[in-house]
Amino acid sequence: MQVSLSRVLPLMKIAVCVKQVPEGNSRIDPGTKRLDRSGEGALNGFDANAVEEALRLRDATGEGEVVLVSLGPAKAQDALRKALAMGADRAVLVSDEAAAGSDLVATSYALAKALEREGADLILFGQQAADSDGAVLWAAVADRLRLPVVSQASEVTQAAGTLTVKRQTEFGYDVIETPLPAVVAVSDAVNEPRYPSLKGIMGAKSKPQETVSLSDLGVESDRAGEEGSRTEVYALNDPPPRGESRKIEDDGNAAQAILDFLVEKRLV
Amino acid sequence: MTRPADFPPPFRATDYVAAQTDPADERIEVGILIVGAGPAGLACAIRLGQLLEDAPEIGERLGEVPVAVLEKGKQAGSHLLSGAVVNPRALRRLFKGRKRIDEMPFYGPVEHESVYFLTKQTALRIPAPPTMRNEGNYVASLSRLGRWLAEQADEAGAMLLPETAAEKLLVSDGRARGVRTGDKGRGRDGQPLGNFEPGSDLVAKVTVLAEGTQGHLTGVALDRFGLAGPNPQVWALAVKEVWKVARPLDRVIHTMGWPLRPSAKYREFGGSFIYPMGEDMLTLGMVVGLDYRDVELSVHDVLQELKTHPLVRKLLEGGERVEWGAKTIPEGGFLSLPKQLHAPGLLICGDGAGLVNVPALKGIHYAIESGSLAAEAAFASLQRGQTPATPGALSGYDEALKQSFVWKDLYEVRNMRPAFGRGFVLGGALAGAMTATKGRFPRRDLELERDVDVELVQTDRAKSYPASDGKLTFDKLSSVFASGNKTRDDQPNHIVIRRDVPQDVARLWERMCPAQVYEATETGVDVTPSNCVQCGAITAKGGRLTPPEGGSGPEYKLT
Amino acid sequence: MKALVFLEHHGDELLKGSLGVLSKAAAIGDGEVAGVVIGSGVRGLADQAGKFGAAKLYVADDAQLEAPLPQPRIDVLAQLVREKGIDTVLFGNSVLAADVAAGLAARLDAGLNWDLADIVLQDGKLVGKRPALQDSVYVDVGWKSEPRLALFRSGSFDPAESGGSAEVEEVTVALEDFSTSARMVDQAHEESEGPSIEDAPVIVAGGRGLGGPENFTLVEELAKALGGAVGATRAVVDAGWYPYSTQVGQTGKTVSPKLYIACGISGAIQHKVGMQGSGVIVAINKDANAPIFEFSDLGVVGDVHEVVPKLTGLVKARRAG
Repeated sequence: MQVSLSRVLPLMKIAVCVKQVPEGNSRIDPGTKRLDRSGEGALNGFDANAVEEALRLRDATGEGEVVLVSLGPAKAQDALRKALAMGADRAVLVSDEAAAGSDLVATSYALAKALEREGADLILFGQQAADSDGAVLWAAVADRLRLPVVSQASEVTQAAGTLTVKRQTEFGYDVIETPLPAVVAVSDAVNEPRYPSLKGIMGAKSKPQETVSLSDLGVESDRAGEEGSRTEVYALNDPPPRGESRKIEDDGNAAQAILDFLVEKRLV
Repeated sequence: MTRPADFPPPFRATDYVAAQTDPADERIEVGILIVGAGPAGLACAIRLGQLLEDAPEIGERLGEVPVAVLEKGKQAGSHLLSGAVVNPRALRRLFKGRKRIDEMPFYGPVEHESVYFLTKQTALRIPAPPTMRNEGNYVASLSRLGRWLAEQADEAGAMLLPETAAEKLLVSDGRARGVRTGDKGRGRDGQPLGNFEPGSDLVAKVTVLAEGTQGHLTGVALDRFGLAGPNPQVWALAVKEVWKVARPLDRVIHTMGWPLRPSAKYREFGGSFIYPMGEDMLTLGMVVGLDYRDVELSVHDVLQELKTHPLVRKLLEGGERVEWGAKTIPEGGFLSLPKQLHAPGLLICGDGAGLVNVPALKGIHYAIESGSLAAEAAFASLQRGQTPATPGALSGYDEALKQSFVWKDLYEVRNMRPAFGRGFVLGGALAGAMTATKGRFPRRDLELERDVDVELVQTDRAKSYPASDGKLTFDKLSSVFASGNKTRDDQPNHIVIRRDVPQDVARLWERMCPAQVYEATETGVDVTPSNCVQCGAITAKGGRLTPPEGGSGPEYKLT
Repeated sequence: MKALVFLEHHGDELLKGSLGVLSKAAAIGDGEVAGVVIGSGVRGLADQAGKFGAAKLYVADDAQLEAPLPQPRIDVLAQLVREKGIDTVLFGNSVLAADVAAGLAARLDAGLNWDLADIVLQDGKLVGKRPALQDSVYVDVGWKSEPRLALFRSGSFDPAESGGSAEVEEVTVALEDFSTSARMVDQAHEESEGPSIEDAPVIVAGGRGLGGPENFTLVEELAKALGGAVGATRAVVDAGWYPYSTQVGQTGKTVSPKLYIACGISGAIQHKVGMQGSGVIVAINKDANAPIFEFSDLGVVGDVHEVVPKLTGLVKARRAG
């Protein structure tokens, strides 16, 4: 279990953006052409890493508050409850029918407004939503809030109002320092999320859970939902065929055949 | 000849009985604890909520959490599987004045039904036996119904605790005190991992076991409190699929005969069901008694075989499989009931108790009724100012059950299942006689043999299993996938079993298990526990299923 | 279309992924395609950009831009879009590019479609093709307004030289104060053990068909020769042959390398869902009926113990020669 903190000063408030994703095998609703969210929901696995990191940072200083912020239908309460059961202090759900069908532009706008309202010192995101809808949300939100952003964090250390983040890229790892407040997206390598204790699960229900509408946040109706979105979905298609599939028997030359194939595909 | 009973699992029920160990400030207390968010458990929770509505002072005695329901699956419904054609009687009683049948998530009333006797190529329509008539009944997905009941229970004030397994029964001074929940975050060898979370003692005034078939603590409790009756319980294994179909099915179908073999030598008792689910889906399943003898019998593969029959193939044409699952059904009926379904501080309901009417293929309404009666008994005890854990305080439950339609129905058909141990033809004749006399025949009750005591044979039955084509027929692994199972791999093995068994026992298990958990090897049997969909078949045939980490297993939605 | 392609570099080379996107933009052949390079001492990249289809190359060269951090790049792109009337900005996915694209979308209130595998011009409209639900379905996505931002899956397009040259224009950009708050303290430190399975362009994976844990060396050798990572199936991890961190599949990792070589793997769906998004799949298995042959691009029915070492030898020879 990795908790790396030194010379800490109390963090006042950590906001964690969480998302509910449909449980089990997902399917796309042929009518709306969007992910079918009608089933029961679960806390997005990657968000659990973000919640865990927030809890560790709070617990190491012994004070501070972890507040969950989510944008979704009323059912998103289930995902929030799980995160509250893990130990978060409070939850804010932005739930409004007008938000349905929001793309990145609209979602990041609403989320930024909700986060502005909270005024957190640190805003955490999980790396990628299992249904891929929020896979790049943090950078958009950071820009709207005019805050520094660091993504793919695999280690987060806090000292004297500064965060040191080790993050993975294709070329190895970088170490980045940022003052607070900041937005950080954590990868699933950052920690192993805790299981909620039974006490935690039972106590979750009585923790403060607020539901706000878009108008409570001052989000104009033309900046929400489909109206506020700048992208759209046209149609669903079958994936393109993988192309010819070749199958050969090894008569001693299969290795050469594979190499030739790889060369042909410019993979070697 | 080998019998699985010769290789019993290293399981001791006493390992799962414990006193409370958590210090007082860590112990969690609830009023009434219900283990299992299935129809029995949820009916109990709902009924309690109704009774407590008008008795706030009793609610106060039950503390901050008057009613809690533990569920080992991801959510209510994740581990629920049945056909199902539901007799609405118990639901009507439970929701009287509050909900109508048309507000419940059914797929419609049964309008037509047909029973067929199949041979490989033909389907002979036969009249539906009187025990199987379904007028007035409704088609349902039990998983879906479970989710709906969970919502009602939540509204009625119960606290649902999913992803939580009940591992041990807490007993002290000869009284049931609650349960100890299972640990989370252990590795393959049982070692605590980085996020290890120990279970907790969950203490309650009354513990209601509504765990369903092969209930873990139910078995433990029957042993601890000496509740087992004179006859053993026996089980059938049901494997089913849910399909999207091109044309709606207009009737409820049951079949007998092929692919099962009628000879008494093989003891293949069972049949199939095919039920419509609205306009665009249907469900079909194969049910086979686990007292079968042939090592090569695989209920999953027999289901695949069934689908190749012209009658069935036609129904599935142009369709696509959307879900798969498996579960055992207790089949002993009246003769296998425990001698008592209560103990100090303890009540046992539903399939866990064995309340299933095998000839009618019905158990859901008994589960619901028993759950309601359990609630009433617990409540009555509290009303009388008693401590429910006092010996005898809950005896009202057994009394009420004996006065109910549950008892009457089960008594009437009590000898049907044992009759079929004698083969289809003779069994059928006996069954006919039993129905005609409303259970007065035979005068002396037939005997039941344990599934593990059945002597094994080996035939070349497996030759007839179709190869999986991924469209009509499917292999076990892809079926496990279709159950929504994505259990963490590096968990401790939750199946208690002897590994060094002879080839035929290993092969028996390998074929039996619908989820490909067991593999016969040169030295015995290998186990892949993360495939397990917790159907319970292994417990019937020589091993012992215990609950894995909470949240593991299938994630059924439409079964 | 007045397109701008975000060109990333590492050292003094433009990334293959960026060049692929640039080639694609040029191939769409509708209007002018410009590229932009951002960093310190990057003027020399102009030649490469021109060769792969950029008619124009904007260069933002400044010490402040040296570290590959996203936010200063958002400032540069936003200014370019506004000043030059760019209507389409294209990115090849990377850790950096994803942040830049998303931040830019917020900055400009512009539509961003990401995780695209392809893009086409259909009746005058740009339509993106986005795989969804574990690549089992492709969704046609579009933009309601301009500028249009598109982020492509890494490796979607092969770079294709068109042999042109780019007109270079240097740009100076005022950076927002919050864009320069984060600073790079230590950059691109290589991990010692080779690419991690998540990022590896090539994965060689082993399954039960290997016969025993000692045979994983065959897989390791081939992975090393190809510069890739080693993967494993649930069955062999369960059996203790290889660590869980390398498990590919439903209850392990989901990977989408350019090349996936499956050695002795049957291809059960639990494994398939973890790697079916791979660019090219090669399978070697003794069993001609193994399900993996249904979704591999090249299937070899043969003995892994013979084929794999031979292949390793041939790859090494080719690389050396």
